[in-house]
Amino acid sequence: MAQQLLNAIFIGSIYALFAVGYTLVFGILDVLNLAHSAVFMLGAVITYSLVVIHAQPFFVAAAGGILASAALGLVVEYAALRPLRRRQAPQISALISTIGLALVFVSIVEQSKPGSPLAWLWRDGANSVRFPADRVPNATYHVAGLTLEASKLAILVVSILLMLSLGYVMRYTQVGRALRAVAENPRAARLLGIQVDRIFALTLALSSALGGLAGILFGVALSDVSPYIGRDQVELKGLAVIVLGGMGSIPGAVLGGYALGLIEAIAFIRFGSNVEAGVAFLALFLMLVVRPQGLFGARLRERL
Amino acid sequence: MDFFLQLFSDPVGFYQSHELLIAQIGINSLLAISIFVTLFSGQLTLANVGFMAVGAYTTVILSLHASTPLVFNIALGALLAGALGVVVGLPVLRLRGVFLAIATLGFGEALRFGVILNLPITGQGQGLKNPDADPLGGVVPILVALALVAYLVWRLGSSKLGQAWAAIREDELAASSQGINVPLYKMSAFVVGALIAGLAGGLESHINFFVDPTEYGTTRAIQVLTFAVVGGISNVLGPILGATILTSLPEVVRQAQDYRDVINGVILILIIVFRPQGVLGGGGLALIRPRWWPRQWTLTRARTPADA
Repeated sequence: MAQQLLNAIFIGSIYALFAVGYTLVFGILDVLNLAHSAVFMLGAVITYSLVVIHAQPFFVAAAGGILASAALGLVVEYAALRPLRRRQAPQISALISTIGLALVFVSIVEQSKPGSPLAWLWRDGANSVRFPADRVPNATYHVAGLTLEASKLAILVVSILLMLSLGYVMRYTQVGRALRAVAENPRAARLLGIQVDRIFALTLALSSALGGLAGILFGVALSDVSPYIGRDQVELKGLAVIVLGGMGSIPGAVLGGYALGLIEAIAFIRFGSNVEAGVAFLALFLMLVVRPQGLFGARLRERL
Repeated sequence: MDFFLQLFSDPVGFYQSHELLIAQIGINSLLAISIFVTLFSGQLTLANVGFMAVGAYTTVILSLHASTPLVFNIALGALLAGALGVVVGLPVLRLRGVFLAIATLGFGEALRFGVILNLPITGQGQGLKNPDADPLGGVVPILVALALVAYLVWRLGSSKLGQAWAAIREDELAASSQGINVPLYKMSAFVVGALIAGLAGGLESHINFFVDPTEYGTTRAIQVLTFAVVGGISNVLGPILGATILTSLPEVVRQAQDYRDVINGVILILIIVFRPQGVLGGGGLALIRPRWWPRQWTLTRARTPADA
């Protein structure tokens, strides 16, 4: 029981980290970036290939994975979002174009096999692999009958630190003020001399770096790296998290992440694994029906 | 190239050697029409695959446990999907834009994980074997159903109902101020979409030996949306064209079979960026206008799926 709750907190941290990136883009650009889960996956895949194929130390590889994720965020911005903004396309257009980009990312990885042009990126096709145990530091501690793995503790610490510093940046720095100004009203922000397009690109890079980091942590802690970890494991759950917390709200996404981890743990204990897999969607559906602004959402009228 | 050569030189032989592909195009066209109906009324809903699962499971469960005729089974499946559409639509259709899209996506997955994988009668994760499957005999019924549905939806488009849907899509507030009962018409579009998706599910279960719960996930829901977006939603031929192009693409370009999703994704991005009105649908390209292209032919305000 206590072990289950502990796991709920770990998986909740990953959900939260992933969802913060999701919600950041929604809050500032007002679009839903469905390629976020593909970036999450690529963060893990790139780190894995740096460790296993290119024989880099884990922390170097992780840094590479995060940087690559940030770059992929820029790809999302320039390929899928900026052209639509130039045309002043409706909000849903961006949903569709990022779905297209996610399809491309996932299937490129899925088709990478030894001998294919992308064998330097990924060699295992559609299979799931795990980080080699001797290359990734992951000590196991036993405290009071509970099993604690270093990777999971690291997840907790890293995500809480990151989310606190994100909160600090958003609230007290010039960049954070610019971000919030753009979120509030892009046109007014532009009139005040903020380079809105640059802020949008920064948002995507930041959000994708967080998403990629969440992917790396997921891959290490759950020993699962495959082309589908983003699409199947966190995409819709991330949506459930930001709906629970209120779309666009960063503290909401954090609390929503932990709430979902907890809900899933309870569902697993009471009803078993099938229900655990579905409870996120049930929560998503019910939340939207009962309280679409989420627990912490504001600006309900215009967003609906 | 052989594909097109045979299509034009030997249509009968083409039909015989590609019956399964044609059946799949028919099913996908029906699904694309079902999402077209809701898009036409200005709503992006992604619950179609869930309704399709209802149709498929109802049909197969009935043919396993009851000795009712197939037509009855498929019809009942479609009707149940429609009825579920009313139940789901009541709370969900108050939402708009991305919220509606997410809620309907959540409904589909909740149905799959919460209900289908937990009921003994649906075979849970194992799926159901269909003893009466008839892969080749199912083609003609599918094409007949497609023709019928396409005709009905085309006629609906110009009827009072279709006019009301179009009015809601263009401006919901203006529509309601003209005395259009917006919730009622939105619901009717949603339910018609659910009926068509349920029908497609029932028909598809008849040509497959197996009903597999993994078939009815988000991936498929997004695929269906792709059909409608690529084809365009100016009229009912758009989604059919989109489904036909994207379903037959891997057959046409054999080498590209592995990279099908890469191609699908790139097509989707290019269409939504440069031709948001779809392949069918008037006007030129967005964002690009060659010097010799008359200005009045460029896209200013086309009817796009994204107007939801």
